[in-house]
Amino acid sequence: MTQTQKRRMARTGQYVLAAAVVLVVAGVADWPTITENFLNAEIARGLFPDIITVALRNTIVYTVLAFAFGIVLGVVLALMRLSSVGPYRWFAAGYIELFRGLPAMLVLFMVGYGIPIAFPGREIPGGVYGQVALGLGIVSSAYIAETMRAGIQAVPKGQYEAARTLGMSHTRAMLSIVLPQAFRLVVPPLTNEVVMLTKDSSLVFVLGTTAITTELAKFARDGLNSSANATPLVVGGMLYLVITLPLSYLARRLEHKS
Amino acid sequence: MIRIEGLHKSYGDRPVLKGIDLEVPTGEVACVIGPSGSGKSTLLRCVNLLETPTSGRITINDAEITSPDCDLDAVRRRIGMVFQQFNLFGHLSVLDNCVIAQRRVLGRTRPEAERIARENLARVGLADRATARPAQLSGGQQQRVAIARALSMDPELMLFDEPTSALDPELVGEVLAVMRELAAEGMTMLVVTHEMGFAREVASRVLFMDDGVVVEDGPPAQIFGTPKEARTRTFLQRVLDPIHHPA
Repeated sequence: MTQTQKRRMARTGQYVLAAAVVLVVAGVADWPTITENFLNAEIARGLFPDIITVALRNTIVYTVLAFAFGIVLGVVLALMRLSSVGPYRWFAAGYIELFRGLPAMLVLFMVGYGIPIAFPGREIPGGVYGQVALGLGIVSSAYIAETMRAGIQAVPKGQYEAARTLGMSHTRAMLSIVLPQAFRLVVPPLTNEVVMLTKDSSLVFVLGTTAITTELAKFARDGLNSSANATPLVVGGMLYLVITLPLSYLARRLEHKS
Repeated sequence: MIRIEGLHKSYGDRPVLKGIDLEVPTGEVACVIGPSGSGKSTLLRCVNLLETPTSGRITINDAEITSPDCDLDAVRRRIGMVFQQFNLFGHLSVLDNCVIAQRRVLGRTRPEAERIARENLARVGLADRATARPAQLSGGQQQRVAIARALSMDPELMLFDEPTSALDPELVGEVLAVMRELAAEGMTMLVVTHEMGFAREVASRVLFMDDGVVVEDGPPAQIFGTPKEARTRTFLQRVLDPIHHPA
């Protein structure tokens, strides 16, 4: 037998084995019960329209708010990280290490319960929305800062030097010449960051969301509890994919383009 | 006019410039030649403070740019610089490359800046490529845009840091032609170059640098015809006839 034939045999064997495993599992499973508990059309129908108009909408709003906050703070931190001023660099490095090391849920908790205790009588504007923007924004800014730093450093030094040579100040050269080019380089990793944030928005429940501020994951879990049926989880999961799959696809396309 | 007095530059404890004294009067074209690592580019980059001198004074038209209270950005906008690697802004069109600093630094209006940019693009023979992106141009065209970009700021003097060293041989001529024209118009130019033909024909003065000092300084006919220093002779032999005088 030639090498090619051996390889083909081995691969065919693997395919057959994989198919056999799937068939056995599918054959043993109790399909009527699965359908009843996970793919119940009637319960699925009952989730609409709120799962779209409230839950999906809030998931998107939380993600956008957190990303907006995160990118502004992230760019500032990246610039501080690359600053020639020591204290700026140290602060940015400390911030980035701290918030990349902490679970997002813990940070949300600190924002939701720590800040009101620390500053009694004061409230974060925007209620839950403001708390989410701050909490998830703090976490994502740490990741975005590192991405932006890499992007800024990937812009050739000559671009900055040429800008300075034309009489631009440091700030002007960064804003007009370096950052626009850095952004182009980091669009794919930033898109991935949005995907991560979309999923992290499922942690917002720790802030105690209401019927109006609930997001997909909480909405689905509430549906699970009230109907004693897992169909809401399946529908909720599919709606996450409706957001994240196009984004992942977009990130891949942009990566190929650049 | 550029006046350099006692210029020293070290990276850590490695000296690169070991005391340069030099004066380039207005309207003069000074070419700096010499082996790589001799400090030519560092000298040029000190003149607009892309490198900070370790010690020494540099004066440009009566403004001492090495003085601590000198407004560096204000000085730099009067000095044009052309780099070996062109350094055109990749995210901007050819026209916007020439417009952006006029608007952001000089505060010119867009129509005015565009008019000046187009004039200078025409001057370097690229009026028809205003909407192109730098990446769509040849190296020679990119370098000519870089010259037009610098000229759009109405500089009082121009620094050229090996402007043709990154070009394919057949593209060198178009850039040198633009530089020759600029010299003929009376622009003060300090040019670091390996183009001996250009130095010989266009320069009013040639400086030979080696090991961080100006070894010899004189009119091109003298430097190329009757070099006084042995180091100058050896270098010129190697450059002009590399087959018979390998390093």
